[in-house]
Amino acid sequence: MGGEMTLPPHDLMRYAIAGDRERLFNDDSLWLCLTCETCSARCPNDVDPARVIDALRELAALEGAGHGPRNVAAFHKSFLEQIRMTGRLSEVGLIMQYKMRSGALFQDVAVVPAMLERGKLPLVPSRIRGHAEIKSIMAACAREQALAAEALAATADAPTAGPAPDADSEVAP
Amino acid sequence: MTLAYYPGCSMHGTSREYDESLRAVAATLEIELREIDDWSCCGASSAHIADHLLAVALPARNLALAEAQGASEVLAPCAACYNRLSGAAHAVADEPGLATKVPEVLGRPFTNSVQVTSIVELLQGLAPAIEERIGRLDRRRWRGNPLEQLNIAAYWGCLLVRPAATTGFDDAEQPTGMDDVIRACGANPVKWNMAVECCGGAFSVSRTSSVLRLSRAIIDDARASGADAILAACPMCHGNLDFRQSAMNLDPPMPVLYITQLVGLALGLPPERLGFARHFVDTQPLFTQLAQKADTAAAEAAEAAAAKAAKAAAKTAAKAGVS
Amino acid sequence: MSRIGVFVCHCGENIGRTVDCAAVADALREHPGVAHAEDYKYMCSDPGQQLIKKAIADDHLTGVVVCACSPHMHEKTFRRAAEQAGINPFLVEMANVREHCSWIHEDREQATAKAIDIGRTIVEKVKHNKPLETIRIPVTKRALVIGGGIAGIQAALDIADGGHDVVLIEKDASIGGHMSQLSETFPTLDCSQCILTPRMVEAYQHPRIKLHTWSEVEKVDGYIGNFTVTIRKKARSVNEDLCNGCGDCQAACPSRKIASEFDAGLGKRTAIYVPFPQAVPNIPVLDRENCTLFKGRRKGLAKDACGKCKEACLKGAIDYDRDDAFVTEEVGAIVVATGFQLYDIGRDQPEGLKGYGEYGYGEVPDVIDGMQFERLASASGPTGGAMLRPSDGTEPKTVVFVACVGSRDPEKGISYCSKICCMYTAKHTMLYKHKVHDGRTVVFYMDIRAAGKGYDEFSRRAIEEDGAEYIRGRVSRIFRDGEKVKVWGYDTLSNRQVEVEADMVVLATAVRPQPGISELAQKLSVSYDQDGFLNEAHPKLRPVETNTAGVYLAGACQAPRDIPESVAMASATAAKVLGLFSADELERDPSVAKVNERTCIGCFNCERVCPYGAIEHRDVCDVDGHVCGHVAYVNPGVCQGCGTCVAVCPSKSVELANFTDDQIYSEINALAGW
Repeated sequence: MGGEMTLPPHDLMRYAIAGDRERLFNDDSLWLCLTCETCSARCPNDVDPARVIDALRELAALEGAGHGPRNVAAFHKSFLEQIRMTGRLSEVGLIMQYKMRSGALFQDVAVVPAMLERGKLPLVPSRIRGHAEIKSIMAACAREQALAAEALAATADAPTAGPAPDADSEVAP
Repeated sequence: MTLAYYPGCSMHGTSREYDESLRAVAATLEIELREIDDWSCCGASSAHIADHLLAVALPARNLALAEAQGASEVLAPCAACYNRLSGAAHAVADEPGLATKVPEVLGRPFTNSVQVTSIVELLQGLAPAIEERIGRLDRRRWRGNPLEQLNIAAYWGCLLVRPAATTGFDDAEQPTGMDDVIRACGANPVKWNMAVECCGGAFSVSRTSSVLRLSRAIIDDARASGADAILAACPMCHGNLDFRQSAMNLDPPMPVLYITQLVGLALGLPPERLGFARHFVDTQPLFTQLAQKADTAAAEAAEAAAAKAAKAAAKTAAKAGVS
Repeated sequence: MSRIGVFVCHCGENIGRTVDCAAVADALREHPGVAHAEDYKYMCSDPGQQLIKKAIADDHLTGVVVCACSPHMHEKTFRRAAEQAGINPFLVEMANVREHCSWIHEDREQATAKAIDIGRTIVEKVKHNKPLETIRIPVTKRALVIGGGIAGIQAALDIADGGHDVVLIEKDASIGGHMSQLSETFPTLDCSQCILTPRMVEAYQHPRIKLHTWSEVEKVDGYIGNFTVTIRKKARSVNEDLCNGCGDCQAACPSRKIASEFDAGLGKRTAIYVPFPQAVPNIPVLDRENCTLFKGRRKGLAKDACGKCKEACLKGAIDYDRDDAFVTEEVGAIVVATGFQLYDIGRDQPEGLKGYGEYGYGEVPDVIDGMQFERLASASGPTGGAMLRPSDGTEPKTVVFVACVGSRDPEKGISYCSKICCMYTAKHTMLYKHKVHDGRTVVFYMDIRAAGKGYDEFSRRAIEEDGAEYIRGRVSRIFRDGEKVKVWGYDTLSNRQVEVEADMVVLATAVRPQPGISELAQKLSVSYDQDGFLNEAHPKLRPVETNTAGVYLAGACQAPRDIPESVAMASATAAKVLGLFSADELERDPSVAKVNERTCIGCFNCERVCPYGAIEHRDVCDVDGHVCGHVAYVNPGVCQGCGTCVAVCPSKSVELANFTDDQIYSEINALAGW
């Protein structure tokens, strides 16, 4: 996707190192990453840009900088919502939710009959017995994420750290 | 052989033929596939961009289920599911704290004891069995093996080879496992350049233009390298190359086969059992063409053999005549 | 009866600021066995040394302790002073109260107490010091130079011109090394062979240089000044004394399709061959691996399958039955100048390295490395110097050069920079352009490292005068597309993806040490780093010596290096060797280990752990001369006094002079305040 990004992975890394949230989060590039992992496979210094980009995306969402361009955000949100409800992805459900969120009402409408004909669009979603587990897993992860966000916000507000205290000093840091 | 089986969400939907052909091949090779009971979605592309812990927990739930159901190895034919499951197992093993945090979040015990296997590893391991089976097939119906006329490009995509730390069963830049399976089936793997380039993955719906650009480049290179068809081992890749091909206006179109479909054909299973009718790019012209080529090749071989025999007979006769 | 003199140095402010030197002197004056104690601002100065000499004379001192800096700094100074005053220099020790005390602490009270403790321990040690005599060992004034490339040749010539004999050994059939394969050299664009071959001939003809080509080091025994080196002269199949270099054998050889090593695999040679026309010596070798006759012999054929070279030779110099021979040389110094090899991007890699699958693992036609480009550009090369690409012999119109292939890539296993590639890549663009005037050169680089004299100007010349397009960014993929080689890269300075359809691609691959370097290093007891480069004794101040006395380094075997630096280093090495040879005897520090042969049980644990190979076996004989046992013996000339043998001896039979167990215990006791 590098050809379509204004900020290809190496630029994203540069801005991340520089701490430039402004540039990072006001650009779609972060969200155009497909996690094809080619950058991480090739990086001579084992920076693992794919993982850093995922972390930046998490950070963007936590800091309220959005979820990317409308279509991309709509897709992922719909996906997660689907599995939250039933435990498995219902493609019909996904497409319907996606269309509502993205406004792409007429996209791919023409292929629906062909898909149905080929038996590729099961209309009845299957809900797993343990669907409540999925909800609780997602809730637990959301809680962890919230805690992490708080901790992150706390370090952002904290005054610059002074010299590290001596290991055997009596004074609590 | 018995294997726990994690189908993933596409197998009963958009990649139904992958599941069908897999089951057909498994039955023929006497492999029992035990679908993990009450499995759930692995989270695919959407979980890992939103929350790393969720991206580990969702696949880990399935590994925990497999453990509880007595499995030590699980087959995940979908490349994305394979990548997420394997990635989760590695994350729990390597990242500090996850070994305790994940079971907590799951509300299930989880000892991370299950090995995750890809379809390529499985079939590569079964290559001798496949070859042996092929050797025993009744070939009297055919005048030649059509698959010997098939030049096919093995398309790996991203998630079977990267990141090498979690996949790692083959070379990340020039893998050869699928070529081994192709050869075992009697077909010819072509040497080409786009085997591990991305097809556009999850942007199939949300950014189709990118998929068209990326997948088009893959098909063009396969064609330029002499391939009659492309072999895929991922529902997402197959979808981008097959389902989305009509928007690329290619002439002639390029058929895309699932690896299990190729193996099924090689084993002599009828195409109807392998789900070819579900493809968007019609595979029938390819089969017809291959059968014709095979017929021609067989005929030419027979002629050549007859000519050689005649020559030899004439020689012996001449010798007899002289003496 | 001990009469120790203690001298506490202020070292200006260095010690004096943190340690109360007067107090230290006062405290130590009270210590039993101390006959004299004083402090002074600069002990190492002339007046300071005078104080010591005076005290030795006046107070009849039996030992001296100078509380000051590290012994590495001034131990020699004070020992010389003591010697001049008439006592054995090895009765003088330094107590380090600077690096070990004043430089690392701030609290004056505590630092002073520590300084007193340090002083006390050394006083206790010196009480038991024995007077030692400097060890003197003879020096064989002959040098061995391993490697006949430009560095080896230069070192050999300098040592020989300095008046001493040199044995120069080279593993290939001819000397000259990689420099002989180059077309033109930077920054002058001199023809490489034109400047090299005169040196090669000079080395060959020099009365003091003995040349062994097609030879390798088999075994090294001995120690500095006294090495015995066994050289394996590999079976050449040609009698060097009879051959006159006429070349008839090569003309007669039927195997003409063997990939030529000299042409980096791009050209072909015969089985019996001279690697290049200007080879020195101009005597062929027979490649038994690829020779028809020898292949037949290995299969067990009754009759020899060929023999054309022997038939053709009018001098009867061909000898199929001669095997490897061994020659022993006695030398006093060894110079290692084995040079480098280029990193290969293929699939098969040694431990720790990865190949470049993204560039096709070396299987894409018309993707070559720098040395192969040199051979294409070279007048003596496979294309006679015409710029023709290997796959179809056509003239490439677009050539892409990729810098840093392997180098600076920790993920591939090479973290270092190979130093020479930026320069030779610029050179290559110029060599190409000078032959293909309408050609296009594109260079993908990360940085341009052109630090030498005239180097930056040279790289600018490539861009400004010869039109090379420099693109800052790496290449992600190289693959074949029909007749072209596609190169996918990025231009970070203008933020665009770049795709070039090239006719030929030249990869600037990393410089690595020669294969087999670790085996050679082990024979010489020289250490090497994780990349295989040989270790210098000190990276700043002792770059041409190793930690093995008598073994020196020159050229790229120590680190990637260009020709001027290799030559400079070789001359520096020669200077060290000539310095070693300037005296008839070598002086060695006598703080060496010694075995008590009476208590030694002959287990040879010491031999197993000695890093310098200093342990020898001694026979113990009965009165009739029959051997009834073996004990260990430490060769004082080789022993470096590390003490490892002392640590592993189960019977406590070996001790280090002036570092005996008793002395160590008395130091510990002093520290514990007993």
